[in-house]
Amino acid sequence: MTASSNAAPEGAPVSAPPPADKVGASARPTLRVGPSPHLHGPETVPRIMRWVFLALLPAALVSVWFFGASAVKVLTLSTLFCLGVEWLCLRLMRTPGALSDWSAAVTGLLLGMNLPPTAPWWLILAGAIVAIVVAKHLFGGLGGNIFNPALTARVFLLVSWPTYMTTWLKPGQRQWLAPGTDLAGITEATPLGLLKEGRLSELSAGASDLLLGNLGGSVGEISALALLIGAAALLWKRIITWEIPAAFIGTVAAVTGLAYAIGGPERYLAPHLHVLAGGLFLGAFFMATDMVTCPITYRGRLIFGAGCGLLTAVIRLWGGYPEGVSFAILLMNAGTPMIDHYLRPRTFGTATARQGATS
Amino acid sequence: MPAPCRVVVPLRQHLGAPAKAIVAVGDRVAEGQPIAEPGGFVSAPVHAPIAGEVTFVGPRAHPGGFPCESVVIEARDGVGPAATDGAPPPWRLPGASADWERMTRAELTALIREAGIVGLGGAAFPTHVKLSPPAGKPIDLLVINGAECEPFLTCDHRVMLEETAAVVTGVRILKRALGVPRAIIGVEGNKPDAIARLGEACALDDGIEVVACRVKYPQGAEKQLINALTGREVPPPPGLPLDVGVVVQNVGTAAAVARAVTAGLPLYERVVTVSGSAIARPSNVRVRIGTPLRDIIDFCGGLASPPAKVVMGGPMMGASLTDLDVPVVKATSGLLFFTRHECPDSTPHACIRCGRCGEACPLCLQPSEIALRVEIGDLDAAQALHIQECMECGTCAYICPSNRWLVQQVRLGKAKLHDRKQQRSA
Repeated sequence: MTASSNAAPEGAPVSAPPPADKVGASARPTLRVGPSPHLHGPETVPRIMRWVFLALLPAALVSVWFFGASAVKVLTLSTLFCLGVEWLCLRLMRTPGALSDWSAAVTGLLLGMNLPPTAPWWLILAGAIVAIVVAKHLFGGLGGNIFNPALTARVFLLVSWPTYMTTWLKPGQRQWLAPGTDLAGITEATPLGLLKEGRLSELSAGASDLLLGNLGGSVGEISALALLIGAAALLWKRIITWEIPAAFIGTVAAVTGLAYAIGGPERYLAPHLHVLAGGLFLGAFFMATDMVTCPITYRGRLIFGAGCGLLTAVIRLWGGYPEGVSFAILLMNAGTPMIDHYLRPRTFGTATARQGATS
Repeated sequence: MPAPCRVVVPLRQHLGAPAKAIVAVGDRVAEGQPIAEPGGFVSAPVHAPIAGEVTFVGPRAHPGGFPCESVVIEARDGVGPAATDGAPPPWRLPGASADWERMTRAELTALIREAGIVGLGGAAFPTHVKLSPPAGKPIDLLVINGAECEPFLTCDHRVMLEETAAVVTGVRILKRALGVPRAIIGVEGNKPDAIARLGEACALDDGIEVVACRVKYPQGAEKQLINALTGREVPPPPGLPLDVGVVVQNVGTAAAVARAVTAGLPLYERVVTVSGSAIARPSNVRVRIGTPLRDIIDFCGGLASPPAKVVMGGPMMGASLTDLDVPVVKATSGLLFFTRHECPDSTPHACIRCGRCGEACPLCLQPSEIALRVEIGDLDAAQALHIQECMECGTCAYICPSNRWLVQQVRLGKAKLHDRKQQRSA
């Protein structure tokens, strides 16, 4: 079967239309030709993206419960801005692709979940432009980007408008916040923020608050449990694999645990709080696993995850920022091509060549 | 199905050199009579599938999509299946006998070669070549492939059920021809009836073992089957199964060997799976080589709906046909009549680097990476990523969520590399 040894596009009808004198059972049907395989599996990019979007919803709903109107505003605006900017980019840059691939919706929702609930609309718009225009389409559109778009936008906003990006609403403040509202009194610092400022003794939130999301933080990162539910769905659908989250979270636990054991509880946070706090779960399950920007091999993913974990722990413990998940993932994104280049899988039969008849 | 009144027999039905016609227009041939002799060592003779008169010798459309030297035989009054009276008796191989256990290895191999037997799994590699391993490559195991090569195909399953005795005799003959003490018949676990029946039939010969293996694609590929049954890994091309001491033969081939050696029957018919939603009565049919597709369609109740694509072989590696006037050849394991719904058009989208192609690749290659190199024309990089080792099973393109042409780019890359090599040597 060596017939179709070319990559000709499918769908071009090749045989002639039925001649007029030949009708009925012996008529020539118009046959399509194309290279094998002639069947295709059910999985498509929009299906994958839709599942990621759905998997993010439990955590988004928890934030709506705790932050009310503010969370709804941030998540909706972010998703709509990203879709709008994507639409413009697709038109202007004539990139093949469509809004219906759901990738911009996922970026938008993720960006919203990475912002504080107090984020004003212009901040969200700036984030959407950086995510879609700079991080995605300037690199060639879907599949071409080196850095995760939502994270690139978050880090851009964090270094450009640090105050806006670290004004954390207290949980339970569900009312609509008009522009200009005095936020003093209804905001609080995150556990990692307290740690960085050396005010660890003021920390009131415990592990159960971190699990449920009863604390200040970015819109999507507060409830570890809700994120786990979404992550379980993605693992079950085999959209993400276990290597990156396991290596990422495991390394953070190991490094912070070591620091805790040596430095003592006065100076360091317990490792289980490190694991549950901040954006670790959101980053480890939903952003480090972004297919486009992570390595494609099992071994590569383990190294990638461990690298993310190590950088996160180092930034949290000794860096200038309270939280390091975003920086860690972006830095490892930059290393992905190299990891892929050096970690090619062993081709079938190569190691055992000349093994001969042994058994 | 009954023998057709007209057959078109291509002379290139096997890997290797095409056969050379030894009949001329006007010759009357008996059923089974040789009509072409092998064009080299890696080649096979071709036999007349029906008795009749040779009406044409020359190029005819081959199912592979190219013109091929063919012999057309038509039944005539007095000869052929239409009139049994006065037909010459069917031609049988001289020297064949049920007493094969007394024959030498060379005699068995010669008989198999004379019978024009080639691998019936789909690759159609001449069987006698596989039975003549070069000196210095000891063979200790015969693997019999009963793990249907591709989805949709069930012809091997039917052969195992309906011709169990012939299969087992064939395995014993092949074992003797190779001089190996042991044979394993690998059958996918979803065919317990075939496993049970083969097990019963093999009970008397303790050198044959029937092993159930995992149901997956591609399990019926030589390298995968050897790995599943023995744990041995065949080295990359030009590595062959005999490099790890194994020879693989299909169950259909084994049955054909038994018929040739014990009854002198040359290979001029085979079992073909006819399936797909567009055919009225999907079935497995035993057809003469050279039977035009239209005869088979009629025998299977005609077309239920206009097919969008007709595939010869399996859905993963088979070739789509341009018209229905081509004949069945020795390699035709299946004829699939797909509707539009079964094989919709696909437009490739951007690669999202999900890595599934690499995870699915049975040879642990990285199809997305290779395809990308071929696309940008960097053939050296593609070669460094082991493009030549790909067996083109199509799993990567099947699984790709972006519908990318992965295996297709690999084929293109291989063809370009081949061209480049020829240009350089010229």
